[in-house]
Amino acid sequence: MRPFRTLCLALAFAAALPAVDAAAADLTGAGSTWVYPLVAKWSAAYAAKTGTHVNYQSIGSGGGIAQIKAGTVAFGASDKPLTSEELAKSNLIQFPTAIAGEDLVYNIAGIKPGELVLSGPLVADIYMAKIKKWNDPAIAKLNPGLKLPDAAITVVHRSDGSGTTFTFADYLSKVSPEWKSKVGADTSVAWPTGVGGKGNEGVSSYVQHIPGSIGYVEYAYILENKMAYARMINSAGKTVSPSLKGFQAAAANVDFTKAQDFYVILTNQPGDESWPISGCTWQILRKDAPKATNEEVTKFFDWGFEHGQSMAESIAFGPLPASTIAAIKAYWKKNLGI
Amino acid sequence: MNVSGISAPESGGLVANASPAIARPNGRAMDFCFRHLAGGMAALVGLLLIATLAAIAWDSRLSIHTFGFGFLWSSEWNPVTGQFGALSFLVGTLVSSAIAMLLATPVSFGIAIFISELAPRRLKQPISSAVELLAAIPSIVYGLWGLLVFAPAFAQVEPWINDHLGTLPGIGPLFQGPPMGIGMLTAGIVLAIMVLPFITAIMRDVFIMTPAALKESAYGLGCTTWEVSRRIILPYTRSAVTGGIFLGLGRALGETMAITFVIGNSNTISASLLMPGASIPSVIANEFTEATTPLYLSSLIYLGLVLFGITLLVRLLAAWMLHSMKRGTPLRP
Repeated sequence: MRPFRTLCLALAFAAALPAVDAAAADLTGAGSTWVYPLVAKWSAAYAAKTGTHVNYQSIGSGGGIAQIKAGTVAFGASDKPLTSEELAKSNLIQFPTAIAGEDLVYNIAGIKPGELVLSGPLVADIYMAKIKKWNDPAIAKLNPGLKLPDAAITVVHRSDGSGTTFTFADYLSKVSPEWKSKVGADTSVAWPTGVGGKGNEGVSSYVQHIPGSIGYVEYAYILENKMAYARMINSAGKTVSPSLKGFQAAAANVDFTKAQDFYVILTNQPGDESWPISGCTWQILRKDAPKATNEEVTKFFDWGFEHGQSMAESIAFGPLPASTIAAIKAYWKKNLGI
Repeated sequence: MNVSGISAPESGGLVANASPAIARPNGRAMDFCFRHLAGGMAALVGLLLIATLAAIAWDSRLSIHTFGFGFLWSSEWNPVTGQFGALSFLVGTLVSSAIAMLLATPVSFGIAIFISELAPRRLKQPISSAVELLAAIPSIVYGLWGLLVFAPAFAQVEPWINDHLGTLPGIGPLFQGPPMGIGMLTAGIVLAIMVLPFITAIMRDVFIMTPAALKESAYGLGCTTWEVSRRIILPYTRSAVTGGIFLGLGRALGETMAITFVIGNSNTISASLLMPGASIPSVIANEFTEATTPLYLSSLIYLGLVLFGITLLVRLLAAWMLHSMKRGTPLRP
């Protein structure tokens, strides 16, 4: 159907194929670049323990979905969940892997990490260029103790399609009706204003170099680069700092057992501790794949859920709550008989 | 590096003298094979080109069917609503390449004249090598350099540009904008550095080829270096120089990685060169991996087709210019 993309992906996979031939027990996966550090870390430890290697190609969520639909990989990973209809149409199932969060970072002279407080609607207004100066009364109202400069705000966003953007835009859609109708949420959106940086590293670099800028990056990047991050007001009205606990709290408040095919986006969840811009990555499997293959895949992720928690935390991924893992296991049993 | 493909013809005589001694009975068959093999290789290039064009056109059919030629003059690019148009990227590609050519051509000319006419013998080789080394740097390195080194430094210069160039009548609006360091102008400057070695190498090669008799006659008549360059060298070599400029332009139009880092990646058309923009290759590189809907993907490939068309137009323009020049060159022997 799409020879061009298939050709590109086939070429990308050609590199991985010899390794697959060498050991029949190996697993291949492809997709999200977001979850790549986690899968890579888990697979190295898993290979040392069981001898099964997991080859994961971080070609992007779009590529991951295309590959699992074509049946060329054992699992695909996407930052954006598929709807139940879409899953049923291609005979697929999906389940979440781990939770991560993102936050706004800024470059304002004299304002230290964690000092600035923002709310969702305010961020939406900044990203729609309705608020153009840092000393705008709306920002000052949330930050009574801060000396905000009379400087222009430069908005920084991702230039590449990404799950980070999807999570961010989804959050803004939930808190701002105007954002929802004018911009909406997807892995790339039509940004009303600002400059685009490639990848988290591009956005962090722009924010660090452009005075008066604001951008959104994954939590891991904030830790790594010691960036000035904002505290957010969550849906319960509490001011929270980004933390693994906050990401998990967002997931713990979701009733995954009620959501069909785990189609829940973790942004703007209720709960006093919930971090509002939390997201997660879904693994997608084929129902009609050989049972042995699916068994290998679920065994790998089951191992990750059980033994990979501290590894996940070390790279700023929050483990799934126990209730969610139980729901995933029940889902496997129901759909795959595993 | 001999980019222009000009080869020395002096070796012909030697081979002709040696050939009767190594003649073989199957020489004719060998020659037959060789000629067809070479022909086959040449045909392969054409075949690849056609196959590529066909594959791109086929995969963009959904977008072509949906948007038609309106794709070219719509600047709406919205993956959420599924509205796609190429105009802002088209403008970004052409403007950034135009800036690059405007900056790179005179500088290349200066370097080439210096190497061929002015430099002392011991300086010629080092300067040539330095320029050629610029061509060997991977474009990702230019991108990172542009992002991490050049853009922050350029941001310091931009307030000055705002105050001095931004207030000029007529062209003022081109130079007004926030001092971000990234944007169309930055992309153009980085591109200029990238195409510089290609244009310089060709100019230098052909300038050196200008017959010494012509140049020396002019010097003998009392011409200055500028006059010799302007009246003798440039007219004598102008078709090759034009070819070199178009080669550089082709490179500028298709450059992806470096541009993606410094152009600012904003899907808007703004009057100011200091504002962010986007080019066709940069948007494809940015959005291809996460393009999840068929129409989105097909629109990105349609963009590739548009770029293919632009490159083809540039080549045709170059061929036409070279053709009309050949007829009108006064100094051609």
